[in-house]
Amino acid sequence: MKVLVTVKRVIDPYVKVRVKSDGTGVETANVKMAMNPFCEIAVEQAVRMKEAGIVTEIVVVSVGTQQSQETLRTAMAMGADRGILVEVAGEAQPLAVAKLVKAIVDKEQPKLVIMGKQAIDDDSNQAGQMTAALLGWPQSAFTSAIAVNGDTADVTREIDGGLEKLTIKLPAVVTTDLRLNEPRYVTLPNIMKAKKKPLEVLKPEALGVDVTPRLKTIKVEEPAKRSAGVKVADVQELVAKLKNEARVI
Amino acid sequence: MSVLVIAEHDGKLLKPGTTNTVTAAAKIGGDIVVLVAGHQCADAAQAAAKITGVSKVLLADSPLYAGGAAENLTALIQTVAAQYSHILAPATGYGKNFMPRLSALLDVQQISDISAVVSADTFVRPIYAGNAMATVQSADKIKVITVRATGFDAAAEGGSAAVEILAAGPDTGLAKFNGQELSKSDRPELTAARIIVSGGRGMGSGDNFKILEALADKLGAAVGASRAAVDSGYVPNDYQVGQTGKIVAPELYIAVGISGAIQHLAGMKDSKVIIAINKDPEAPIFAVADYWLVEDLFKAVPEMTQQV
Ligand SMILES: Cc1cc2nc3c(=O)[nH]c(=O)nc-3n(C[C@H](O)[C@H](O)[C@H](O)COP(=O)(O)OP(=O)(O)OC[C@H]3O[C@@H](n4cnc5c(N)ncnc54)[C@H](O)[C@@H]3O)c2cc1C
Ligand SMILES: Nc1ncnc2c1ncn2[C@@H]1O[C@H](COP(=O)(O)O)[C@@H](O)[C@H]1O
Repeated sequence: MKVLVTVKRVIDPYVKVRVKSDGTGVETANVKMAMNPFCEIAVEQAVRMKEAGIVTEIVVVSVGTQQSQETLRTAMAMGADRGILVEVAGEAQPLAVAKLVKAIVDKEQPKLVIMGKQAIDDDSNQAGQMTAALLGWPQSAFTSAIAVNGDTADVTREIDGGLEKLTIKLPAVVTTDLRLNEPRYVTLPNIMKAKKKPLEVLKPEALGVDVTPRLKTIKVEEPAKRSAGVKVADVQELVAKLKNEARVI
Repeated sequence: MSVLVIAEHDGKLLKPGTTNTVTAAAKIGGDIVVLVAGHQCADAAQAAAKITGVSKVLLADSPLYAGGAAENLTALIQTVAAQYSHILAPATGYGKNFMPRLSALLDVQQISDISAVVSADTFVRPIYAGNAMATVQSADKIKVITVRATGFDAAAEGGSAAVEILAAGPDTGLAKFNGQELSKSDRPELTAARIIVSGGRGMGSGDNFKILEALADKLGAAVGASRAAVDSGYVPNDYQVGQTGKIVAPELYIAVGISGAIQHLAGMKDSKVIIAINKDPEAPIFAVADYWLVEDLFKAVPEMTQQV
């Protein structure tokens, strides 16, 4: 079966993010970028399913500027077969992303779409569930295990109290949680091979999707800072502070 | 204006985030209607009717809504959505699962995880793991919103709203619920606890979590963990606090053997008092701690259990 995987280019998760002084957003100039970690897990899952003989082709899709081609190349170096970039200049909010992914799904007809549970920049946690809704497909959000059995998949989802098990009909949309797998590192030979894999560039208009943001960002600010704390010498002092100063125990 | 709040519950009781979501609804203004959807959940509907400020409770009781499966639940909410200006749910694993699905069905851009209400169409939400706070304005006709519980106080009890039966919606037949494996614990729930004791990779093993549990039991606290502790298999996934785990803000958060990565801080830095125990004097967790102790946790934690 064919699988479609989405990958987003985001600020590297280990970079300290700085809010711009004019309050319009966060600093992205000269900042290290990376593939969204949950998307890495999504690509890894597809590649493992291909290695296991369940999947025949992996198409990766990214929505973003031209630089998102790098992210697509990384996914192809991990093992995806071809890439599609939907080039948008500004911000693409999750509903717009979901509409674009739906349009591509309509053309590509995959049996499974794997997306990250959340993009670690906007922290929206929406696009996967939205894509499932627009397609009228079942969804498995926050997935930590997936086993495909013909026309259904048995999935395990991470929920607040533990785990939930579902059987969903295929085609379906799955979003990845941290425990689904550990993504592989890309190797130099595979990076070289990925350069020769096909990469198509599309515009949202060609897919008939209006990507105008629905949410207007009025301002972006630094969060409130905590006041500096004190170092205590030993447990006795710590317990005394908790009892007498903070009065929380 | 009329606000629909989707309750999270276990059939009998409301989950903690629900009452905070009602408070967010009250800040928006207008009538507040609570939908309790589930299987055998009449008790939860009664509990919702007692929340101050709630004008009506809708009860949809059907096997279709057992578990948290999003497909049938969103189909149900769709049957009433047009009557509301705002639809809110807690930004928990429960709400995050189905709300975006509902939002897309209504052709609305959801506003995730709001921590403050500025006005009926403008909200504050954390982005980049809480390293920035964005104020966003929605132009959509219906505002679909998930609410970060730690940003709002819990609504008090004292109401007596009527409970109305809402007929079950269609069965989409898309997903079959095969049950849940819930971690069993006599300790308070993480998101409801007044005190949380959290362990990280520094705990070294799942077995060593026993020393944290002893401290937690003495304090009546919940036990949490960093992602590294969960990934290492020391504790189950539902212990994880952070950007991609649970967001907590207890009176007291005790971080033990946790370095303080931004993704962890994202989940606990709004706690009232934070203490950190770490043997590394440079551990970043100290930057958010009110009191910090540089010591081996295997010495400090048992000592603390004795002294509290
Ligand atoms: C996309 C993404 C999402 C993530 N989401 C989350 C999340 O939701 N929650 C989360 O927690 N993390 C999350 N992380 C992981 C995060 O980046 C860190 O890797 C993780 O929080 C580290 O956990 P830790 O502090 O337990 O481990 P470490 O960083 O390894 O720290 C262990 C600490 O224990 C101390 N220690 C060791 N032995 C002792 C001892 N005997 N006595 C005292 N101190 C000791 C060490 O000095 C060290 O500071 C996420 C990462 C990514 C990329
Ligand atoms: N611009 C984008 N390009 C490709 N995939 C995206 C994009 N935005 C979101 N996604 C996918 O949707 C998931 C959830 O994103 P979000 O709803 O923004 O948190 C991400 O992990 C990606 O897999």
